[in-house]
Amino acid sequence: MEEREVLLMKGNEAIAHAAIRCGCDGYFGYPITPQSEVLETLAAEKPWETTGMVVVQAESETASINMIYGGGGCGKRVMTSSSSPGVALMQEGLAYMAGAEVPGLIVNVQRGGPGLGTIQPSQSDYNQATRGGGNGDYHLIVLAPNSVQEMADFVDMAFELSFKYRNPAMILSDGVIGQMMEKVVLPPFKPRRTEEEIAKECPWAATGHGLKSRQPNVITSLELQSEVMEQRNLHLQRKYKEIQEKEVRYEAQHCEDADYVIVAFGSASRISQKAMDMMRERGEKVGLFRPITLWPFPEKEIHELASHVKGILVVEINAGMMVYDVRAAAKYSVPIEQFGRLGGIVPDPDEIIEAMEKLKK
Amino acid sequence: MKEEIIISGFGGQGVLSMGKILAYAGLMEGKEVTWMPAYGPEQRGGTANVTVIVSDEKISSPILSQYDTAILLNQPSLDKFQPKVKAGGTIIYDSFGILERPTRSDLHIFEIDAMNTAAEMKMMKTFNMMILGGFLKLHPIVSIESVMKALKKSLPERHWNLLPMNEEAIRKGMDIIKAI
Repeated sequence: MEEREVLLMKGNEAIAHAAIRCGCDGYFGYPITPQSEVLETLAAEKPWETTGMVVVQAESETASINMIYGGGGCGKRVMTSSSSPGVALMQEGLAYMAGAEVPGLIVNVQRGGPGLGTIQPSQSDYNQATRGGGNGDYHLIVLAPNSVQEMADFVDMAFELSFKYRNPAMILSDGVIGQMMEKVVLPPFKPRRTEEEIAKECPWAATGHGLKSRQPNVITSLELQSEVMEQRNLHLQRKYKEIQEKEVRYEAQHCEDADYVIVAFGSASRISQKAMDMMRERGEKVGLFRPITLWPFPEKEIHELASHVKGILVVEINAGMMVYDVRAAAKYSVPIEQFGRLGGIVPDPDEIIEAMEKLKK
Repeated sequence: MKEEIIISGFGGQGVLSMGKILAYAGLMEGKEVTWMPAYGPEQRGGTANVTVIVSDEKISSPILSQYDTAILLNQPSLDKFQPKVKAGGTIIYDSFGILERPTRSDLHIFEIDAMNTAAEMKMMKTFNMMILGGFLKLHPIVSIESVMKALKKSLPERHWNLLPMNEEAIRKGMDIIKAI
């Protein structure tokens, strides 16, 4: 039996190791701080010599995302990673993938913006990630890890969801989780799928065998007949509804008896947890609710939460993005305030406690 | 046991790797650990710092407002982190290049003359292990054996001949740290 050693590594390194282990067929990426360790680790591990996984340093982020589009269109488990300005460049490709229903994984290790911004951590790509940052009515499946272990675990989960629904998935991380080192147990090895398995599991994929056994598959987001295009959009909307019904993931801590609750995701949820622990030690009944899927958003759960608390503090490292989703989910039934720092500054637990004091007043 | 530590100094002093070895040694003993570097432009010449937490319990935030121990290896680090040490906490500083010494009376303050000692012993590359030794003398949160195992794990095999020199530095650090 394979030994599952406890290792110490960065979140970015965990992404790379997890990719190799979960049967990923290809990685295409361009270096950018604070996520360059993903590509660096893959280059050092040389998976092309072991699992046969392809690793390409593309000439740009635009190229990477289109390589994913191509690989995913062939039914391959392919991925890219980048940080905020690089992910901004990928939005066109993401909209094409969503429109053509091509699976694939995009990892965004966020840094502060707008524009080139800073290399320090941020969560200000929340809107871009959860709304679909490109054109058209679409959504990505968005997972928000808050530990190095989850960075490793979510790679396979994201691929599974992505192929199950034929929809691109994103791991929305940030410079804190990407750069920090923690204990991690890497997932067990899973072989890459064979050509036969791909043909069977992805009958829609362009596998190069169409003329022999079936009609050719066409991968495209283009449809010039509006009636057909509307039907295609309605199909996408039905799919999104199904994802919203089945795939919501979250974690709730001390929410049952809480008077006040912090809602936070990713690194902000870790810092908020410390703030919660400190407030609990003083006898204050504070809970923490962490959306793990940012899309689909845990609307029902937050609605339910809002029915038995006096107020909600949304902590996110941006100027206020998820707070709109929380307010809508809570149907504005309780006071809901937001706290965040900008430009690459990460809030500390004391600042969160201070923000909570303000909300209580 | 839970120890929340900030290690800060100039880029190039081995601040990040000292933190990594400490975290690794904690892992060797089955403890929970986090290692969170300031990875910004301050690594190029200004202060480089890393927050290391070693705990028996699961760790919440890798980012802290206050620290149990601050290991401060230059003046800017001392100025920046002295106010952020918990009352009753510990400051360890290297006296080299320090003009204004720590002033707080509610802390345990220790000086370690590691920069000069390492230079005299021609062991500059193990300066950070000397500092780590000083820290472990005061707060033996991990054993020297675990630190040596951690070093062996993180050094490539071609550098294993340097392990005895690192151990010597750790033990020297334990000798030369003194209370102020």
